[in-house]
Amino acid sequence: MSETHFLIHDKDDVVGVAVVENIKAGMDVVGYKMDTDEQVNLKALSDIPLGHKIALRDLLEGDTIIKYDVDMGRVVAPIKAGEHVHVHNVKTKRW
Amino acid sequence: MSNPTFMGYRRENGRVGIRNHVLILPLDDISNAACEAVSNNIKGTTVIPHAYGRLQFGADLELHFRTIIGTGANPNVAAVVVIGIEPGWTNKVVEGIAATGKPVAGFSIEQNGDINTIAAASRKAKEFVHHATALQREECPISDLWVATKCGESDTTSGLSANPTVGNFIDKMYEMGATLCFGETSEITGAEHIVAGRAETPEAAEKFMKTWSAYNDFILAEKTDDLSDSQPTKGNIEGGLTTIEEKALGNVQKIGKKAKYVDVLEPAEAPAKGSGLYFMDTSSAAAECNTLQAAAGYVLHLFPTGQGNVIGNPIMPVIKITGNPRTVRTMSEHIDLDVSAILRHEMTLDQAGDALIAEAIGAANGRHTSAEALGHVEFSLTKLYRSA
Repeated sequence: MSETHFLIHDKDDVVGVAVVENIKAGMDVVGYKMDTDEQVNLKALSDIPLGHKIALRDLLEGDTIIKYDVDMGRVVAPIKAGEHVHVHNVKTKRW
Repeated sequence: MSNPTFMGYRRENGRVGIRNHVLILPLDDISNAACEAVSNNIKGTTVIPHAYGRLQFGADLELHFRTIIGTGANPNVAAVVVIGIEPGWTNKVVEGIAATGKPVAGFSIEQNGDINTIAAASRKAKEFVHHATALQREECPISDLWVATKCGESDTTSGLSANPTVGNFIDKMYEMGATLCFGETSEITGAEHIVAGRAETPEAAEKFMKTWSAYNDFILAEKTDDLSDSQPTKGNIEGGLTTIEEKALGNVQKIGKKAKYVDVLEPAEAPAKGSGLYFMDTSSAAAECNTLQAAAGYVLHLFPTGQGNVIGNPIMPVIKITGNPRTVRTMSEHIDLDVSAILRHEMTLDQAGDALIAEAIGAANGRHTSAEALGHVEFSLTKLYRSA
C-alpha cells in the first residue's frame, strides 16, 4: 500500500487531516475516508503540518466546514482545494 | 471469551481498589506542613497538600467537603489520617470517610501546635501502614473496575486515534458491566446535541442540557474575548485544532458509539444508579477534572493526549494514550499506549481498544503507569467562587 498522507473521518467532510509530518506545497498526496476506505487524491497547495487540515474542495467565505459529518465552524477567507485550513481562514460559530 | 478479571483490594464497603495508599490528608491549606511532616516521618504514606479549605461557604464549601471526603473514601486508599486546624470541620471529614468502614483518624492543630500534632498523627499513620501492608489482593470481576476518562493537549490525532481507542474501550467495558465516567462540560460545546442524544433516559438528557447550558452561560457572561486563546488552547491550535466545535467533536469520540450514560453527576458526586457510564459536570482543566473523578470513587483513569499532556494523580493511576507519532518520539516516557499505527492505516480501532483493555488490567493488577513512575501527583481542587 502506498503511504497514507491524510485521513477523512466521514464521507461528506470537506477537510482531511494530515497524518504525516512532511506534506509540502506541490506534493501529490493520498488520503482515505475512514468510514468507506475510499481513496482521495489531491495536490497540496500549502505545507500541511502533522494533524492540520487540508481542504478537499474549494470553499468560499461564509461556507460551513463539515468534519465528523458535523458543522465545526465558518470560513472567513476563501480556501482552495489542497490548501491549509486553520485559524487564519476558519472561525468558531460559538464564542 | 469470558470477561477478564483483575487482582484488586476489596474494601470494607465492597468497592475494589487497585492501589493501597495510606493517605495523610489536610482539611485545609494551613495543615499542609503538619501533613508533610507526618508523611516524611512514616514511609509508605501519601500526602496530598492543597490550597483551600478555609472560609469557604455554601455550594463551594459543600464541594470542598465532597472532594476531600471522596478522596479519602476512594477504594485506592486503605486508611486515612486527617489533619485540620480545628476539630469541627476535621471531624466532619473523618466521619465522612469512616462511613466506608476503613480506618481513619483525625487530628487538629489548635491548642496542640504542629509538633505535638505531628507526633500523635505519625504514631497513628505508622499503625495504618502496618494495617495496609498486610492486606492482600484478590481476584475481582472486571465489573468491579471503575474507570474515568478525560483528554488533554488534544490535537486532530486525538480525534482520529487516541480518543476513539478510549471510545472502543468504553463500549466494551460498558457491555461487561463496569462503572465509567466522562466529563469536561465546557469542551462539549459544539457536540452538546450529540451528547444529549446519548442519554439512557429523557431525564438524563434534560439534566445534561441544563448542566451544559449553565456552564456555557457562565462562560458567555465572564469572557472578555472570543476565548480563542483559551478554548482551543495554544497547544490545541499548534496541533491543528481550529475551533471549539472541532475540539468537542474529537473529545466525544471517547464515549464510543454505543454506551449511553445513566445519569449526570455533580462535581465529585459518587455514581449511585448502578453500573454504566456517567457524565460528570467538571472543568476541562486536567488536574481539576481528574481530582473530581477520583473523589467520586473512580480508581483508574484513561487520558488520551495528542501534543503530550503529562498529568497524574496522587491516588488514581492515569494511563496515557497517544496516536501522535511525533509525541511518541519526543515524549515517550509519558506514553503508556502508542496507537499511532491507526494513522498509518496499520491498526484498527477494535485492536487498539483491546490493547487498552490489556493495558488497563495490567495497571489494575499493580503495574505502575508512566505518570506514577515519573511522580506526577497533581491534585487540584475546583473552587466555585471567592471565600467569605
